[in-house]
Amino acid sequence: MSIHRLPIRSGELIDRSTNLSFTWNGRTFSGHEGDTIASALAAAGVEVFSRGMKYHRRRGILTANHWDPNLAVQVGDEPNVRAGSRRLVDGMEVTAQNVWPSLRWDLGTANRLVGRFLSAGFYYKTFMRPQFLWHNLYQRVLRKFAPGGRVHWKTGVHGEYDKRYAHPDVLVAGGGPAGMAAALSAAEAGASVMLVEQEPELGGHLRWGGPGDLAVLADLSRAVHSNPGIEVLCDSIVTGRYDHNWVAVVQRSHPVAPERLIKARVGSLIVAPGLVERPYVFAGNDLPGVMLAGAVRRLVNLWAVKPGSRAVVLSANSEGDAAVADLESAGVEVVAVLDARAGEDVVGARGRGRVSSVQTGDGRTLRADLLVTATGWTAPTSLLNMAGDRPLYDRTAARYFPQSLPDNVLATGGIAGDGSTTELTAHGRETGSLAAQRALRLRHARRTQTPRSLPPESDPPDEIADNRIPLRRSPHPERYRSTTHGLVDFSEDVSSKDLIQAAGEGFDSIELMKRYTTVTMGPGQGKLETVNAAAVLAESRAVEMADIGTTVWRPPFSPVSLGALAGRIFEPVRRSALQGWHEANGATNLLAGQWVRPDHYGSPMTEASNVRENVGIIDVTPLGKLDLRGPDVANLLDLVYVNRWQKLEVGRVRYGAMVAEDGVVSDDGVTGRLADNHYLMTTTSSGAGAVWEMLEDWLQTYRPDWEVHVTPVTGGLTSINVAGPRSRELLGRLVEDLDLSADAFPYFSVRKGIVSGVEDCIIWRIGFTGELSYEVHVPSGHALHVWESLLANGSDLGVAPFGVEAQRVLRLEKGHYIVGQDTDGLSKAPTAGLGGLVKLDKADTIGLPELRAAFERTDLPVLVGLQPDEPTVVPDEACQIVAAEGNEILGRVTSSRMSPTLKRSICLAQVDPSLAPAGTSVTIQLVDGRRVSATVQEHHAHVDPEGVRQRV
Amino acid sequence: MIVVPCPNCGPRNSSDLRNAGEVVPRPDPQTASLHEWRSYLYLRENPAGWVTETWYCRSGCRRYFTIERNTATNEIRDPGNS
Repeated sequence: MSIHRLPIRSGELIDRSTNLSFTWNGRTFSGHEGDTIASALAAAGVEVFSRGMKYHRRRGILTANHWDPNLAVQVGDEPNVRAGSRRLVDGMEVTAQNVWPSLRWDLGTANRLVGRFLSAGFYYKTFMRPQFLWHNLYQRVLRKFAPGGRVHWKTGVHGEYDKRYAHPDVLVAGGGPAGMAAALSAAEAGASVMLVEQEPELGGHLRWGGPGDLAVLADLSRAVHSNPGIEVLCDSIVTGRYDHNWVAVVQRSHPVAPERLIKARVGSLIVAPGLVERPYVFAGNDLPGVMLAGAVRRLVNLWAVKPGSRAVVLSANSEGDAAVADLESAGVEVVAVLDARAGEDVVGARGRGRVSSVQTGDGRTLRADLLVTATGWTAPTSLLNMAGDRPLYDRTAARYFPQSLPDNVLATGGIAGDGSTTELTAHGRETGSLAAQRALRLRHARRTQTPRSLPPESDPPDEIADNRIPLRRSPHPERYRSTTHGLVDFSEDVSSKDLIQAAGEGFDSIELMKRYTTVTMGPGQGKLETVNAAAVLAESRAVEMADIGTTVWRPPFSPVSLGALAGRIFEPVRRSALQGWHEANGATNLLAGQWVRPDHYGSPMTEASNVRENVGIIDVTPLGKLDLRGPDVANLLDLVYVNRWQKLEVGRVRYGAMVAEDGVVSDDGVTGRLADNHYLMTTTSSGAGAVWEMLEDWLQTYRPDWEVHVTPVTGGLTSINVAGPRSRELLGRLVEDLDLSADAFPYFSVRKGIVSGVEDCIIWRIGFTGELSYEVHVPSGHALHVWESLLANGSDLGVAPFGVEAQRVLRLEKGHYIVGQDTDGLSKAPTAGLGGLVKLDKADTIGLPELRAAFERTDLPVLVGLQPDEPTVVPDEACQIVAAEGNEILGRVTSSRMSPTLKRSICLAQVDPSLAPAGTSVTIQLVDGRRVSATVQEHHAHVDPEGVRQRV
Repeated sequence: MIVVPCPNCGPRNSSDLRNAGEVVPRPDPQTASLHEWRSYLYLRENPAGWVTETWYCRSGCRRYFTIERNTATNEIRDPGNS
């Protein structure tokens, strides 16, 4: 079946002893290990791989590498795979993209008939009006014709993408001769080196060269791979360079992850991507059978594929001449070689489905099925542009060259100039040494700047000047467009005619032209198109190329999959010391910030009732806990809480609320005084980190004279709330030498003691659930023992664990608000009902001027208890409270539940102050649109507003 | 992601730290008018150039420190040395 496979070539990559089977549009094919998808198909005689984006013309191989605009295919459910570089794998299911209904018979070809409508600016001009048609019609039809592959929303077969951080001294982007030489000399100078090559093997253009090139490649590659200072990443691409030499690498060759994003902080970046051959613009230049010289050389020498049988070659350089030799050695009849250096030209290619004849500049028509062009190079300077460079056009060499680079970015290889392999590797070596020396000086400086690191072992290397002998710039004819028009951008279907039309319409700056016509905006991001686009613009404006400038090349250098960007998430998951017990005992979990914790153990309503009737225990470890020590703790508390703290006695706890500097309620909790200079502060579960950082900010920045030491102990202490009328009896069975009676241990007090044999437990008596309750903070290593002891010693009392949902129900019955649920980002202290708590006559407290202003206002929303008049209706949280007539919004339900104690629905709500008086009837708009009435209550608490139950 | 020099931990990825913003002096809450207070809350210079800002070494030593950073080039210098 491999009708175009040649006899063995000396540098071929394929392993002919292997046989890989795959399908292309449902038909079975085979290839060898080392084949790309495209080379295996080309060897089997496939000529058409895709259809053009707009006109749906047939497309064949153009460049036969990563940048080939015609070789995007679907592999399984992975879209936009580059068949020019992706290696064949046994069992691949490959299909064509951008065809409908099929590659052979594509309805989109009809677009050719209306081609004049699809010229530059077609979308902008056509789909503007009428606007309503955009959603109803235009979008749907256009989507059918949109290029690109398909992703199923359930796609998951690609496994876990990964991320990695790396800190090489030197990163070399490009594994050709110059890049390999640079890596070697940098490693020899003592630098750690990362060498990144986008192809699956090192070598660059040496790979398809003659025996001399292959010998150099073998030597360099062996030296690189055996050097322990060089990490080689093939099949990987440097996609971006950012501030302070942050370099992004997408690694595809990883053994486990399909793709891995490497975030590299690099001392010196060496940019050595080589050169990209550019297409020639003429009529019919997108016909299958029109190829670049590099494509022919790769097909013949790397994959032993015969690219055609009768060839015409247009050559402006040695690559074109070498292609002629390769073709002849492959048994292709070379009908004519047109020397572009001598003014010879091609004006057109014709054929149905594939080239069948070529029109030359001197009027001949040659019969041929292969037209090879070698008209020059694009320097892919993207990474240099990202470092701030604006490359300059050089007329003599007919391409762009770097202009000015920061010290930590260096260029070598073809991007920097021309030379023999020996000259390129020599320049690479010098560049590697210079880069290493600069990077090692940086590494030395970093060590000395880091007080906690060991001092450097030696002095920094001496600074050396950049004395590299620049590579020369070989003369090259400026050949961009023939006398006819053809495609400039193959992936976006933009022709030279479109560009000239755009310039005529006034889009005659290269940046405007790019956006208007989408030239250079395809997957190749201008690698093939930028120079030709600038040339056509220069021609249409009759100015020099150098005066056109270039578009700014931004990241990414090559398209990046979303999976690689999303990667692995490094967010930790926090579990209390009791979480294993919860999961072994039927807990249904919920995620609360970073914490996994039990929502319930089966029936939240039963759990809540058991707390009201007997006793329940709940794991409240996520509650933020900060250990505060020092003589100035009371001053700190006075500053960060709205209430007063100077007179809190040892053994007492107090509720405190915090506001930010803008007066908005930010956190709350209780803080207890354990000893003269020792306090324990609790915060909300979600606010623990922010409160800690805020305390540190004040202590370090504004009050450095205060002596307070803050230690977070959230995970170190496991917190167990024992709640219910029988909690005193239960806990009494476990404590030693501690009197729990109401007189000895009153409400809002704290004691230290031994619980079930565990010393250093902190117990405070508070009542979030509204019941008699004790919060026991146990050193986490012994928490499971205490938890199990509570359960084992209370079965006669009806003890049972309860989860977060039951606690939410209980606290709502009691009317306790939750910061961030019953308040929001605009809720100032009066809204939360903190009027009695806030002390405005303190010397300083956070947000003091805003607090003063807030209490003078009468228009702030008010948090109220609310009960729907129909007791079975539980409005969803966030339902709006509206005017009885019309749609004016007057508030919203912030919390709602069915109360197991009252057997009716209960709510907290923020309402307009006009609705705040007890007894006011309000209207709630339910999610389904119905409106129900509800009555404002006197208290936030629906159960036991007097607080009798918690004070027994 | 830029590199920010923590006085304790040395140069670190900015993702290890938190930018706490431009340094703005806090007015005396006893005497500040509401207008002055809200200028402190909400108004920043935001120049394209040198700015003095506070960073917090969130994943390291937890120190708050002040640097000068050029917002146009991300060049960083120690306010003590400028």
